[in-house]
Amino acid sequence: MSTVQVSSGPAQTSSMVLSSSIGKKLFMAATGLFMSLFVLGHLVGNLQIFLGQDQLNTYAQALKDLPALTWSVRTVMFICLVLHVWRGIQLYFENRASRPVRYHVNATVQASLASRTMIFTGIGIFLYVVYHLLHYTFIVTNPQYAGLHDALGRHDVYSMVVLGFQNGWISAVYVLAMLCLCYHLTHAIPSFFQTLGLNNDKTRLRFDIIGWLIATVIFIGYTMIPVAVLLKLVILPEGGM
Amino acid sequence: MNFTLRVWRQKNAREKGCLETYQARDISEDMSFLEMLDVVNENLVKDGIEPIHFDHDCREGICGACSLVINGIPHGGKKGCTTCELRMRNFADGDTITVEPFRAGAFPVIKDLMVDRSALDRIMQAGGFVSANTGGAPDANALPIKKDTVESAMDAAACIGCGACVAACKNASAMLFVSAKVSHLAQLPQGQVERVERVRKMVARMDFEGFGNCTNYYECEAVCPKEISVKNIARMNREFLKAITK
Ligand code: FES
Repeated sequence: MSTVQVSSGPAQTSSMVLSSSIGKKLFMAATGLFMSLFVLGHLVGNLQIFLGQDQLNTYAQALKDLPALTWSVRTVMFICLVLHVWRGIQLYFENRASRPVRYHVNATVQASLASRTMIFTGIGIFLYVVYHLLHYTFIVTNPQYAGLHDALGRHDVYSMVVLGFQNGWISAVYVLAMLCLCYHLTHAIPSFFQTLGLNNDKTRLRFDIIGWLIATVIFIGYTMIPVAVLLKLVILPEGGM
Repeated sequence: MNFTLRVWRQKNAREKGCLETYQARDISEDMSFLEMLDVVNENLVKDGIEPIHFDHDCREGICGACSLVINGIPHGGKKGCTTCELRMRNFADGDTITVEPFRAGAFPVIKDLMVDRSALDRIMQAGGFVSANTGGAPDANALPIKKDTVESAMDAAACIGCGACVAACKNASAMLFVSAKVSHLAQLPQGQVERVERVRKMVARMDFEGFGNCTNYYECEAVCPKEISVKNIARMNREFLKAITK
């Protein structure tokens, strides 16, 4: 081999570290982690629906009374979401461009289906989040929810959720979105540990199992709510709203 | 045994290539994949057709020169085997076999199935040297290293630099190759002086060469003829994290 003149590569500044391939992985892992923690926290909030109208509305009111907290969490989540999605799409195209001429015969030996569909499950989750915010948070799609109040005059989140999920379509879309989310997580969670360099041959299976466990818990937790509403286990409070 | 081959033919780096069909007749099941191609080439020469160009050297699985993506899998999919070690008995008589070059933007085709893998050499060069004391050769066992560490470093050092990891990766990422090189030296006392700089420079060069980003498909590990584990990628991520926070 003839000698090749090699520069040691570009000098490293912190912005270059982020634009390095490993930096990008770390970035996706960090934003993903924040959003996953939010998903877990949100689940704990939602499950209070099973404790009845008063409990859920008290919780919702408590969050409303802490605008500093809710808005800072919302801001961080918004930034994480936008950056994660934007970077993810960018990476998808960058990675495709790394192989300008494609194979005629494509084979996969061990890459999981979840790992190969991250971009699609990711886009699915993103679209759902947009709809979900318009539906329940900003009450744009179903403006009639805005007028719901309970006996104490609080915004009746409980009835809003029940009414929403009594619609089979809304529930179906919700379950589909949860499938996307949890399938995404089965690859995301083990990847998180690999990217942070915490993985080795012994921990590998363990992290895979942890990923599936967390994803399953999240799936069951969230899906229980529309299922319970559709099975009429969770119903509107006595005497209407 | 008889086979129908669909082989990528491409005059040079600039011209567009295409798949051509050839027949491989009377092939012994004990032949290696490359020997089968030798037979096909002999017949092509007899017919006045330019033989199929492909890389090869040692033909015993140690040099990393042979390549080829066989039916979509680099080195043909027999675990722990290079193309030169792959025997025709792994195929069924009458099979149609598609042979393509290793594909990656960083591996431009030179001709037919030969690709330019010097990007990997440039990553190695970017890694630089290992500082060593001058003077007489050190005494054996003067530098005790734990058995597990030696084994793990040796497993990483088994990389023959063939580039199958890049060819298999759906992102054409070179992480398994680079991580094997980084892991090999990072675990040994000889590699400590330049440890931090090495990982920074090799990763920077890897990105500069236009390899894709790793998204943990682990296809690389599945096709690696030396069965190098993706735990090395985790180690490189760790080394890189340490390097940038230093
Ligand atoms: S020719 Fe040397 S490894 Fe195959």
